[in-house]
Amino acid sequence: MNAIFEYFGTIFKGVKTLLTGMKITGKYVFTPWKHVTQQYPENRETLKMFDRYRGEVIMPHNENNEHLCTGCGICELNCPNGSIEIISKMVVSEDGKKKRAIDQHIYHLGMCTFCNLCVKACPTGAIVMGQNFEHAVWDRSKLTKVLNQPGSKIAQGVKE
Amino acid sequence: MSELKEIIISSDKIHTDQYLVNMGPQHPSTHGVLRLLVQLEGEIVHHIQPHVGYIHSGIEKMCEAISYPQIIHLTDRMDYLSAHMNNEAVALCVENALQVEVPDRVKYIRTIMDELSRLASHQLWWCVMGMDLGALTTFFYGLRDREHILDIFEETCGARLTVNYNVPGGLMFDIHPNFQKRVKDFLKEFKKKLPEYDQLLSDNVIFRERTNNIGYLSLEDAISWGVTGPSGRGSGFSCDVRKHEPYSAYPLVQFQEKLDTKGDSFTRYKLRIDEMWESIRIIEQLIDNIPEGDYAVKMKGVIKLPEGEFYQRVETARGEFGVYIISDGKKNPYRVKFRSPGFSNLFALNKMAAGHKIADLVAIMSTLDLVIPDIDR
Repeated sequence: MNAIFEYFGTIFKGVKTLLTGMKITGKYVFTPWKHVTQQYPENRETLKMFDRYRGEVIMPHNENNEHLCTGCGICELNCPNGSIEIISKMVVSEDGKKKRAIDQHIYHLGMCTFCNLCVKACPTGAIVMGQNFEHAVWDRSKLTKVLNQPGSKIAQGVKE
Repeated sequence: MSELKEIIISSDKIHTDQYLVNMGPQHPSTHGVLRLLVQLEGEIVHHIQPHVGYIHSGIEKMCEAISYPQIIHLTDRMDYLSAHMNNEAVALCVENALQVEVPDRVKYIRTIMDELSRLASHQLWWCVMGMDLGALTTFFYGLRDREHILDIFEETCGARLTVNYNVPGGLMFDIHPNFQKRVKDFLKEFKKKLPEYDQLLSDNVIFRERTNNIGYLSLEDAISWGVTGPSGRGSGFSCDVRKHEPYSAYPLVQFQEKLDTKGDSFTRYKLRIDEMWESIRIIEQLIDNIPEGDYAVKMKGVIKLPEGEFYQRVETARGEFGVYIISDGKKNPYRVKFRSPGFSNLFALNKMAAGHKIADLVAIMSTLDLVIPDIDR
């Protein structure tokens, strides 16, 4: 007799706990505004990442096509993976002095681990972290980028 | 006829009832590339030999070639669910070696971040544990709550998993102005959600049947195999580094080290749920009292450690994580060794699962909360 009670008791208990769980899932079925899911490809226009989000390294240029990079190479030294290469050149400034300047700031996105050390180390704040995260390309060579725009030069008043 | 008889006789002598099965490296319940060589007799597990090294990335060796601030970003990638704690271990080790005292603000923020990542890690563990036992609902519910923590990380640290936030000397950035409000909102919300976890999974009869009295690990075995974290505490091994060797702001907060002596799968499960409540308690004590001050000490451009050996251990979501640095006075370490909790916990699996059915092996493995890059590094 006891065995029968135990048998039906287990079934009853099983159904009860099942219903407890289903009560919660049912609650969320009827409160869809509590969902946190984002409809990603559809919301691309309105999607805004956080300001500090580290998507890629970029070099901001002003309207005169000027940047703040002096070509000192500190970012290259601080990079743990060798994803930054600095190619500098010597330019003659207006007062006749020879000065080092950036020729190409090469950034290998494929090697970058987005650790922020280069941005933190930059003495002039020339490079910052951008928020773009859609980096898929068809060809690996496209992941190597030159950060300074063609024809750009250093802005006035940046101390070396 | 006599030949056939001989074959029949000799086949009796061949030991045919035990066989070896490879579980993994692509088995979904191993959560990565872990290969278990399981010796089976029918459905009963006799012996388990874990084979590791499928994603061995040589992080310890890589550390010998890079400077101390650069090591931090590699420790993110070991135990990616406890990235903050791993970062903190290296940062604390370097700070102790240089005898740098970080401001109180840094200690508070570090502790809050540690507990938030412990919550996030346990949430992911909870949803995966349900999924391994066939309850897919838990997977979505756990990830839903974890999303809020990852948003907090993303806003303050700039990344969701590979945060790289604790650096030698302090923090990478100050906290975001929204940080405190977001954390408080999350805690308020999550305190309502956490009882749902119990209703969904902990009290479920099927779940109880599959975890109660399954995968027993004795206290002696836990100590001799070095099982730490909630897995070790489930066997009564008091091993919480936060209590025994407090670091950062842990000496200032009130919390309990959850211990149990039963040692089965359900105990390990229950302890992690209890730890979530304790984490909430720790964050609530600190979040309103973050002192003003600098978020980092000014360190030298090139950090050089004095000659010698340095060790620092912290409590990650999985157990005790240790960093051992041998320095020869240069800017790179001479040797770095990481003591990862997952590696030690994994090899106690044989003690727990031997004698159980192969389906229980999945459940037992889930309660260990394995992260494969932590094991392989």
